[in-house]
Amino acid sequence: MNLIDAHNVSFGHGRQKVLQGVSLSISPGEIVTIVGPNGSGKSTLLRVLIGALTPQMGKVTQRGGLRIGYVPQKLHIDPTLPITVRRFLNLPLAVDQTQADEALRTAGVSGVADKQMSQLSGGQFQRVLLARAILGKPDLLMLDEATQGLDQPGSAAFYRQIEAVRRDIGCAVLMISHELHVVMSASDRVICLNGHVCCEGTPDVVSAAPAYRELFGSGTGGALALYRHDHDHAHDHDHHEAAE
Amino acid sequence: MLDDFLVRAALAGVGTAVAAGLLGCFVVWRRMAYFGDATAHAAVLGVALALLFGTSITLGVGVVALTMAILIHGLSGQGASVDTMLGVLAHGALALGLVAVTLIPGQRIDLDAYLFGDVLSVTRMDLAVIWGGGALVVAALWWQWSAMLTATLSPDLAYAAGMNPRRAQLILTLLLAAVVAVAIKVVGALLITALLIIPAAAARTFAHTPERMAFLSMGIGALSAIAGLRLAVIFDTAVGPMIICVAAAIFGVSTISNNLRKLRA
Repeated sequence: MNLIDAHNVSFGHGRQKVLQGVSLSISPGEIVTIVGPNGSGKSTLLRVLIGALTPQMGKVTQRGGLRIGYVPQKLHIDPTLPITVRRFLNLPLAVDQTQADEALRTAGVSGVADKQMSQLSGGQFQRVLLARAILGKPDLLMLDEATQGLDQPGSAAFYRQIEAVRRDIGCAVLMISHELHVVMSASDRVICLNGHVCCEGTPDVVSAAPAYRELFGSGTGGALALYRHDHDHAHDHDHHEAAE
Repeated sequence: MLDDFLVRAALAGVGTAVAAGLLGCFVVWRRMAYFGDATAHAAVLGVALALLFGTSITLGVGVVALTMAILIHGLSGQGASVDTMLGVLAHGALALGLVAVTLIPGQRIDLDAYLFGDVLSVTRMDLAVIWGGGALVVAALWWQWSAMLTATLSPDLAYAAGMNPRRAQLILTLLLAAVVAVAIKVVGALLITALLIIPAAAARTFAHTPERMAFLSMGIGALSAIAGLRLAVIFDTAVGPMIICVAAAIFGVSTISNNLRKLRA
């Protein structure tokens, strides 16, 4: 049984639709990556999936008792709120110290437990968010541009960490990323999103798809199209690059 | 012991300050200061309505503060910026209350008592209301602490954990109305927000965890209440404003000493 199903989901403010007729399913244990240009609704889709946004049309079904570990794109902690890493890891559910230390180690950031969250570097902060997300032994780990603000070696190391985490706790992973070359190799399945699902499949299938090539400007496209899909729309070429 | 009006005043002040100090942490963390103002200012309208219908002041204030709080809660869910709307509601309600109070036939009331508090005249009944309301606030926050804190840090993290952060927001809103109803007798409608914010802000300097900040804030609130009452008696001034002065002084000292410590480090 799928962990989570989105069926024909549409979401938007007024007339402007951010998501239109998006359907996707995540099976246990798979790593799925969502790619797409700026403003293509990637973060919105994730927030619909966790229930933070209610879609105007369509439906999201979570498997009963599904445990989600969510790593947001960024987390702003108000400077008036003092909180140590250890305290942060205990939200919302209290965990014992051994578990907390182990999660920090798994996330590759041991020894920061007694620091204030505000003292952490960007990379440490993201890893603490990851540690908190895996503490609940999630069935599904969701990461929204989790490597934002990390340099290239840093983000490569972060993705190796994600694979290690999946090996360790056997969760499925759904992530948003713009680091195509890194992500592609680590994913079982890639979904190319631009308000709707443009194309979907294994990394080599998607990277060969014309829609993907148009979006990311990696060549003329078409020549290696192994994967047929509806292509009834024009993409704005100013969006080039994966620069988000 | 309760026959002494000073003892009653001290107990009323401490009870209010402890509840306000705890709730005030969330007001500071969530940047709800204006929200607190709007709810507190509406209390004057509550006073007018209570006098008009001959009900108890606490009931009138409680009902109006609750109505205002729920109204704002609804508006804040719309996603748009509510800053201006809060300003309109806060001062509109205050002005309407001030006008309404003077229009009540056959009554000359001491408006100052509701704007700045009149803690020296608290009765045993008032004390019961204050400590009952204060206990409700502390108990509710204690019971919902983890959910409140998660929702405050990040609504999305709360949603992902299967919680509803809107519910946390609603509970805080209701508790805010309770604190307003309880505090109007002690510091008055105009200074309630100060009692919420200043002890929490002073506590921030010394705290490493949210829990420690909450305890410190309650302590600083209680200390301000007792010291403020004492100073007001010595210098023969109004009690409510003096309590706030002491809290502000503690905030000043804590901020300056913290900056000096940072300079030295």
